[in-house]
Amino acid sequence: MGNRCAVIGVGQTHYTTRRRDVSMAGLVREAALRALEDAGLTFADIDAVVVGKAPDLFEGVMMPEAYLADALGAAGKPMMRVHTAGSVGGSTALVGASLIQGGVHDRVLVVAYEKQSESNATWALTTHLPFTSSLVVGAGGYFAPHIREYMRRSGAPDHIGTLVAVKDRLNALKNPYAHLRIPGIDRAMVESTPMLWEPIRYLETCPSSDGACAIVLSSEHAVTGTPAWVHGGAMRSEPIFRAGRDTVSPQAGIDCAADVYRQAGVTDPRRDLDVAEVYVPFSWYEPMWLENLGFCGVNEGWKLTEAGATALDGDIPWNASGGVLSSNPIGASGLIRFAEAALQVRGMAGEHQVEGARKALGHAYGGGAQFFAMWIVGAEKP
Amino acid sequence: MPSEPNHVLEFPGGYTRSTGPVIGRFLTELRAGRIVGVRTAARKVLVPPLEYDPATGEPTLTTPDQTSPEPSYDFVEVGPAGTVREWTWVEEPRKNHPLDRPFAWALIRLDGADTSLVHAVDAPVKAMRTGMRVWPRWRSDRVGSITDLECFVPEVSTIVATVRTEYTVTPGAALARYLDALTREVFLAGRCPTCESVYVPYRLSCPQCGSVIEEELEVGPAGTVTTFAINNLPDPRAPQVPFVSAYILLDGADTPIIALLSEIPSDQVTEGMRVRAVFEGGTVKWFAPEREA
Repeated sequence: MGNRCAVIGVGQTHYTTRRRDVSMAGLVREAALRALEDAGLTFADIDAVVVGKAPDLFEGVMMPEAYLADALGAAGKPMMRVHTAGSVGGSTALVGASLIQGGVHDRVLVVAYEKQSESNATWALTTHLPFTSSLVVGAGGYFAPHIREYMRRSGAPDHIGTLVAVKDRLNALKNPYAHLRIPGIDRAMVESTPMLWEPIRYLETCPSSDGACAIVLSSEHAVTGTPAWVHGGAMRSEPIFRAGRDTVSPQAGIDCAADVYRQAGVTDPRRDLDVAEVYVPFSWYEPMWLENLGFCGVNEGWKLTEAGATALDGDIPWNASGGVLSSNPIGASGLIRFAEAALQVRGMAGEHQVEGARKALGHAYGGGAQFFAMWIVGAEKP
Repeated sequence: MPSEPNHVLEFPGGYTRSTGPVIGRFLTELRAGRIVGVRTAARKVLVPPLEYDPATGEPTLTTPDQTSPEPSYDFVEVGPAGTVREWTWVEEPRKNHPLDRPFAWALIRLDGADTSLVHAVDAPVKAMRTGMRVWPRWRSDRVGSITDLECFVPEVSTIVATVRTEYTVTPGAALARYLDALTREVFLAGRCPTCESVYVPYRLSCPQCGSVIEEELEVGPAGTVTTFAINNLPDPRAPQVPFVSAYILLDGADTPIIALLSEIPSDQVTEGMRVRAVFEGGTVKWFAPEREA
């Protein structure tokens, strides 16, 4: 895995429907400055900058990293952009970490963002060629059939998705950066909202958010403040048109988890990890990923959710921050998972801190559930 | 709305009024495209300027310093931008209003001023809020009147950027053959020589093992629904809601295709349902439940 790498700073903007007061440059700079402040550093202390962002066509700014270089203090420094669809925030952190682990740099600034209020995501995702017709269904319409198939296979009762939708929004009430903060959120409220893409209800879906997240990564000898040590990191992809591809529990997710667990010495994730920040943009993806990530056996994920195991006071809290269901600036959403995992093991998660968290998983997925990025961070050196 | 008048009283040519030194300067500056206020003895900048300080009743003449003992008016250029302090919405403008569309009357505190100016703001009601920043829109033919300022408008905070690229695209060898077969109402597939998986649409290499695909075969046009979504979110480019997008495994194929499923109420669609392609105009119109022969 190379040299040791630590997260020494985390910065987030408040996630919200519309940040009309700032440009994209202003948005990313806000997160970057907060991460630097957390690390007790300035741009002058940074060796390289890595930017993550969903497709350019979302906001229609081509190669935005070039335009953002000034705002991120990248003049005269190496800077690069990462793009792996929805998993990009996680991949960006891992690319940044690899620059430390490989001994290339001592301090790397990693930033990811999305300004969904100025984005045309559904349009950008359905720019099909003229030869075939395309069903304009968006991300929800794409994932709904896989959720339906999970429900059929597992025999999970219909209300499991509702439980996750409530649980994550209750957690969001404890996170000052969360976008959806819904007082009085409960099952009746979720169940009263319409089916957008049956079987996905409105409140079982993530919001569209503006926001940016940044982290400062450091080599061992350059650590300042409170570090979260990287114990393992892995990425996997798989061909979306492969015959026999299991879209409910993709092989790339299983392989990626096995790799990151091996690096971090995790043999039983439910027992060995204290908290997980997992990319759950539609509530049913919690039980699906519980199985894909090996927190339980096949078709058992919904039972953990139903028993409250993943709640803030459960034995393995998932998405203590409120997760993607509560804040979704797409390009940043993966990095937020990775950053929240780091905040937990640094003991800096505030009101949604999981007591005594020592080891945490950050997870992101993207595309048609064919790109995966994960890391495990810990309070102790690996 | 007021009814049409049946009697009009108007002095021919209008009344003449002297402006005095302060209002005259204010209007003269407006004609030149500037806005000025007058500074009082208490160092407050009044905009619009007044001849007599409302706080003291004294003339707004001041003695700036010892070197020029003669009292004079201390005119100060303010703005041109300002902040809306209060506002009210006019949904139905009247004939003499400055704008012929809905607008706001606002109290605007121009930058550098200590009092607020009443003027019109041309903005959508959704954009109106206390604290918003506004800039003047000047008339080009100014005469020395408060209406030289046509109105105030919001700051530029967003732009509209056109995103458009033009391409010449061709379907490529494999897709061209697939599309050609569709015109004959045939689904063309390819079988991987190594893993024996059957891919539709027809393609030239296996996405799993990379082998070159040479064997062509026909699959479908009947198949089985593996799973589906009922889409209720309208989009101008999508079919009318609710519509069913289904994963359909064509008979003989190993990869499902995503297609519109029609000719059946959405709540009657089931996983495992047998369906058949309906062709129209040389392509697939949609899939429909397979009828018993």
